[in-house]
Amino acid sequence: MSLSHNNPQDFVLAVEGLTVSFDGFKAVNDLSFYVDEGEIRVIIGPNGAGKTTVLDLICGRTKATEGSIKFRNQELTKMKEHQIVHAGVGRKFQNPSIYEDLTVFENLELSFPRGHSVFGALTFRRNAEVIDKVTEIAEMIFLSDLLHQRADLLSHGQKQWLEIGMLLIQDPALLMLDEPVAGMSVAERKKTAELLNRITQDRSVLVIEHDMQFVEDIAHRVTVLHQGQLLSEGSLERVKSDPKVVEVYLGH
Amino acid sequence: MNVMKSNLFKRQDLINYGLLALLLLVVLPLTLDIFRLNLVGKYLSYAFAAIGLVLCWGYGGILSLGQGIFFGIGGYAMAMFLKLEASSPEATAIQSTPGIPDFMDWNQLTALPWFWEPFNSLGFTVLAILFVAPLFAFVVATAMFKRRVGGVYFAIITQAIAAILTILIIGQQGYTGGVNGITDLRTLMGWDIRSDSAKYVLYFFGVAMLFLCLLMAHLVLKSKLGRLLVAIRDREDRVRFSGYDVSNFKIFVFCFAAMLSAIGGAMFTLQVGFMSPTLVGIVPSIEMVIFCALGGRLSIIGAVYGALLVNAAKTTMSEAFPELWLFAMGALFIGVVLAFPNGLAGLYTLLVDKFKQRRAHSSAPANRTSAPAAEKEQVDSSSGVTAPSQS
Ligand SMILES: Nc1ncnc2c1ncn2[C@@H]1O[C@H](COP(=O)(O)OP(=O)(O)OP(=O)(O)O)[C@@H](O)[C@H]1O
Ligand SMILES: [Mg+2]
Repeated sequence: MSLSHNNPQDFVLAVEGLTVSFDGFKAVNDLSFYVDEGEIRVIIGPNGAGKTTVLDLICGRTKATEGSIKFRNQELTKMKEHQIVHAGVGRKFQNPSIYEDLTVFENLELSFPRGHSVFGALTFRRNAEVIDKVTEIAEMIFLSDLLHQRADLLSHGQKQWLEIGMLLIQDPALLMLDEPVAGMSVAERKKTAELLNRITQDRSVLVIEHDMQFVEDIAHRVTVLHQGQLLSEGSLERVKSDPKVVEVYLGH
Repeated sequence: MNVMKSNLFKRQDLINYGLLALLLLVVLPLTLDIFRLNLVGKYLSYAFAAIGLVLCWGYGGILSLGQGIFFGIGGYAMAMFLKLEASSPEATAIQSTPGIPDFMDWNQLTALPWFWEPFNSLGFTVLAILFVAPLFAFVVATAMFKRRVGGVYFAIITQAIAAILTILIIGQQGYTGGVNGITDLRTLMGWDIRSDSAKYVLYFFGVAMLFLCLLMAHLVLKSKLGRLLVAIRDREDRVRFSGYDVSNFKIFVFCFAAMLSAIGGAMFTLQVGFMSPTLVGIVPSIEMVIFCALGGRLSIIGAVYGALLVNAAKTTMSEAFPELWLFAMGALFIGVVLAFPNGLAGLYTLLVDKFKQRRAHSSAPANRTSAPAAEKEQVDSSSGVTAPSQS
């Protein structure tokens, strides 16, 4: 709790006393943690620990029962999902969540941060700026050759990349990724780690991941959740040697 | 690069619109007598509602079982204007209160109700046709979509409203003409709309309005909003996290569909010469969904053919076996939805593609290997590319 005495402006994200209760079951219970500007934070924990729920709460998908979430000093718990996106928080879902009936190009174009009102969408023009940006992102996510492919024909890994691309084009200040390498082949994992290393340079990132090799590759600090509560926090080294963590998570 | 430039009209679009125009503007007027052509005009008035459903249901995934509401609002607005014109004090001199519509007189009304007054003006009537339905749709849609009520619940609510509106119209005989509706409409600004020549003019006017509405719908679908509707249909939740306020888009498309339906209703009144609650309630509303489904719920042109064909079949069948028609239509609907989820338009596209493929095949056989193989190659080459370093 000593961290909370710091000036909250130093943090890109300050979560304090966060609790959510589903019919009495507290999936997240009095959770507090702080993410610095430019930090890559990894959240780990056993299945059902509440990791995904924490991201749901931050991005407005689930409403908190109690507590506060401050993103650059803006209270997120009172905001609607699209407002949180416009504030600069982007989120990738655990299962690839893309628009299957649209092409790769159209998926990226819809995520381009312009024309988000009804009128804006009606008058949106696919100009050089949009095309260049989409092309640039498509190259980053290894999908340049598949721009006009319908998204449902992509492989699982490619879908994951596409969703990362949809986030990148929004250019969020805080990027939240839920198990970005789950279900990927070893080769795809390597490429994804490379991609993440490249895109995380000028922003803050919150990643949920089970793959310890991957965590080691990217994490600045690690937060361990267990039964909705904070179990341990710090560098990967420290967390790994924490007996509580070994017992509930790493031991098996 | 030219694939990325979204050109508004593809060649195939132009061909399809051209074929429809040829049918409606040349073939049918030349081959049908005015009685039959007027029937076609009536069928086409339902097509407006079906086009709206393509946007709302086919693209946006919002099933409305209440498009009859808006069809009725447009139709009644038009009928009120025409009825007032037909109820001049001279024409209604034998009534106990001359100068009001006959059904009001029969119901012992002695003055024109206040909400009828503005319908003396054609300008007001046109505005009412265009905007009352979308306004009502806006209220309903806002109440529902802002609370994130959707899907089946929305369909049921729209159906309930259609039922309530019918009951209201039937119950308030003195104000609405009750179950008979508003009948005996004669002239529009002194022009006899019952004459054959007027029926020709109204038919062509109706077709022109239809193409105008098709154009508007086409532009909406070709804009980013069209793609957004597809995204909302498939993954409403995800669209919020792309930064859109989903409810606003659902409200917009529902209001737009309501406006199209209301225009159709007005065209119905003009061409058929009456408006009644049987065109407002649950049954016509469901029929409109069937026109849309049969034509192909992703094709605005398909919706027009759907309305034409189902209604033509209905007229022929219900003349021969009136009691069988409802069953036949039900069976047709289930059959189409199961066998051809994209309706006639889906079937048509399939045939066109096949035809094109065969032509391309015969002209350049070496060039065209099977499409799946080509796709596979693309996938492989893309995953073989190493990431170019960006920094
Ligand atoms: N909307 C909800 N209603 C009821 N219970 C929920 C809801 N969302 C999550 N839960 C419960 O909250 C707990 C935490 O779920 P969560 O998905 O956050 O776990 P997780 O840490 O992401 O697990 P995994 O590693 O399997 O993805 C689970 O027991 C889950 O069943
Ligand atoms: Mg999870």
